[in-house]
Amino acid sequence: MNNKAYMVPNPMTPGQVVSIDPELCTGCNTCVEVCRVDVMVPNPEKGKPPIAIYPDECWFCGCCASDCPTKALKIEYPLNQRVGWKRKDTGEYFRIGMKNPPPPNTRPPV
Amino acid sequence: MSTWHDYLKEQGHAPDWPYPVRFDREQEIDTDVLVIGGGISGCWAAISAARQGLNVALVEKGDTIRSGAGGPGCDHWCDAPANPLSNVDPDEWAEHMADRPYCNGIGIQIQCREDWDTLQEMEQMGGKIRDTDDEYVGAQGRDDKTKLMISPRYTKIHSYNPPAQKSIIFKSNPDKKLNNVVIRVWGTTFKPALKKECKRLGVKIFDRVMMTSLLTEKGIKGARVVGATGFNNRTGDFMIFKSKATVLATAGAGSIWVISTELGGYCNMTSRTITGDGTAMAWKAGATLTTMENNGILSIASGLKHKWYSGSGDASYENVPIVDANGKRVPMGIQGWEDAGAMSSFPEVEDKIREGILKGKYALPFYGDFPAMKKVERNATWKLMLGEESTVKIITDTFNKAGYDPSRDLLQSYKFIEGGSLPQWREAGYGFGGGVLVDWDLKSTLDGLYAAGMQMFAPEDHSYAAATGRYAGRKAATYARQAGESKISREQVDREKARVYAPVKRSSGIEWKELHAGIARVMQYYVSEFKTESLLNIGLEALRKIEEESVPLLFALDPHKLMRSLEDTSLLTYAQIITQASLARKASSVPLNFRRIDYPTLDPPEWNKFITIKLENGKVKTGKLPLTFWGNMKKQYEAYNKDYTGVYKRK
Repeated sequence: MNNKAYMVPNPMTPGQVVSIDPELCTGCNTCVEVCRVDVMVPNPEKGKPPIAIYPDECWFCGCCASDCPTKALKIEYPLNQRVGWKRKDTGEYFRIGMKNPPPPNTRPPV
Repeated sequence: MSTWHDYLKEQGHAPDWPYPVRFDREQEIDTDVLVIGGGISGCWAAISAARQGLNVALVEKGDTIRSGAGGPGCDHWCDAPANPLSNVDPDEWAEHMADRPYCNGIGIQIQCREDWDTLQEMEQMGGKIRDTDDEYVGAQGRDDKTKLMISPRYTKIHSYNPPAQKSIIFKSNPDKKLNNVVIRVWGTTFKPALKKECKRLGVKIFDRVMMTSLLTEKGIKGARVVGATGFNNRTGDFMIFKSKATVLATAGAGSIWVISTELGGYCNMTSRTITGDGTAMAWKAGATLTTMENNGILSIASGLKHKWYSGSGDASYENVPIVDANGKRVPMGIQGWEDAGAMSSFPEVEDKIREGILKGKYALPFYGDFPAMKKVERNATWKLMLGEESTVKIITDTFNKAGYDPSRDLLQSYKFIEGGSLPQWREAGYGFGGGVLVDWDLKSTLDGLYAAGMQMFAPEDHSYAAATGRYAGRKAATYARQAGESKISREQVDREKARVYAPVKRSSGIEWKELHAGIARVMQYYVSEFKTESLLNIGLEALRKIEEESVPLLFALDPHKLMRSLEDTSLLTYAQIITQASLARKASSVPLNFRRIDYPTLDPPEWNKFITIKLENGKVKTGKLPLTFWGNMKKQYEAYNKDYTGVYKRK
């Protein structure tokens, strides 16, 4: 546990609208450019992932995720938006963002 | 690390502003045609003006690559009755589309005549409009020869509103074949292609510039528009544009009654950036506006946000049958082939379902039964209609990644369980609302000023924005070609400059969110469900107080917050216009969603008129126009477009 604390105002809601995988991100800032509301700004350190400073203004249009050339960026829907579905055969109920989710549906549509 | 807090923890200090800040520094741009707003209609206006060989400047608050309501994508190219698979005459279809009060017959006629041409040009620019990869062979509506995909929407009738849900036999379609006027498209490819074409044609694009005022000849209100001013919302640079013709291609205002930044999901069709800037600047310049009193209850969306689905059953997109929690079919409209793409159920049907729920006949929640669909239809709906539509692409992508499989899984519907929004949460954006009054050239009442897409009164959809943008650009170019040199007024520029930078000269007071919320609350209380002369007057007074007492306290710590602050002032002006227009209509109206307690008679004949409103010598002036003031749509269109040669062929 780190006992260092800063005086920081309360977080915005939603607080984290995007998550960026630092391993995949090349710091190209395409996401910064395609965002209509400027949710993100370039990282002062070149090549590093951008910083989301206005998450509360996000429209969830998803262009940052769709246009990311390395697919490093993921939209994080707020908790009140994580909706669900039901498997028709088994009646199992699933939810966006659930723990132990089913594997991604990558196979071609059948 | 992608949050501000992460950065702070790691670096021990807040990140510096990442762009150079240059408040006050001026840039002057001289152009033939200035287009304000780089969304769908703005890009099309810029492209069509540039094709005529003129210098064009396109200014956009975000980045043209993905901005505007249609930036992320579009699945339906509506009202293209001139397409080769259509079975109905474009002029007859236009007449049918315009057969409802308070629509825009001029825009509709343009859309119906030129929409197919516009779509073909979209294809030439690199937009995908056909099933060239043969992904949907066998889907109903797919034409194997052209590989165009017809949508079930409007195949029998235009069905936005219940009164239009009546069977019509078109003279041009006596055998009642499917009309085939709506085309399924791969709209996520459109916006980048439009930006590319703008660049190819030499359009000067100014991204991240918010425009705040129109300049008029010698600074006189109501005179010819000769340019505009704005500022860069990253650097703060002041931008002065001098133009011969100007096209306003901004949108309406999406968040007048509710500020949604803290309520993820209580969203609407438009982002926070849609703040009525264009309408506010046209108003201040003296242009006439109309249907400003029209607004409706905001549809909320508790699904993965996209209010279209909350309006008509969020999982019930094209052809998806809705079942209850036990798998029993619910007679809800499915926007599919079986109901001719009807976007909502008849009110009687809706009432019956509600009754069934309360009596235990239907168990909640409902689901979209994708697995029950024919494979190719399921793919067309999931991948094409949902996967290519505006902000829905990210929703289907998210579901796919989370393991949702449309061939096995039922998608939950939020219809009924999410309820409705408060009647005080209203919107004047998409589907409702007013804008600039235009003539058959899409010219406003001011010389040199044109309007397109959502900036016009009674706007429609994506393809409408495209076709009218393309048309306005053409007409503005024709005007610019013969217009004399213009002279801007330095005094007018200086006045606006002082207004624009005032919030950055303060470091305490009121920030933009609080001001926005203050405006929204006034509108919720006084300009909402219950309208009377006295309530509206209290509202007007409250807005005046905000203008006089609170706006002078606005402060902004950086160019981004300055943009949000100035957007608030646009919202405030827009709110004042709505209130004034509401005072001017002394009657109630069903199609305008407008109820005056002190004038309860619904749609009395003497009030079946457009209310026009403008600012003249600092005073609000209202007037009336007949419901079809545009005259005979076919004749007028032809009279104004003798030189129109149709589809553009790339050089």
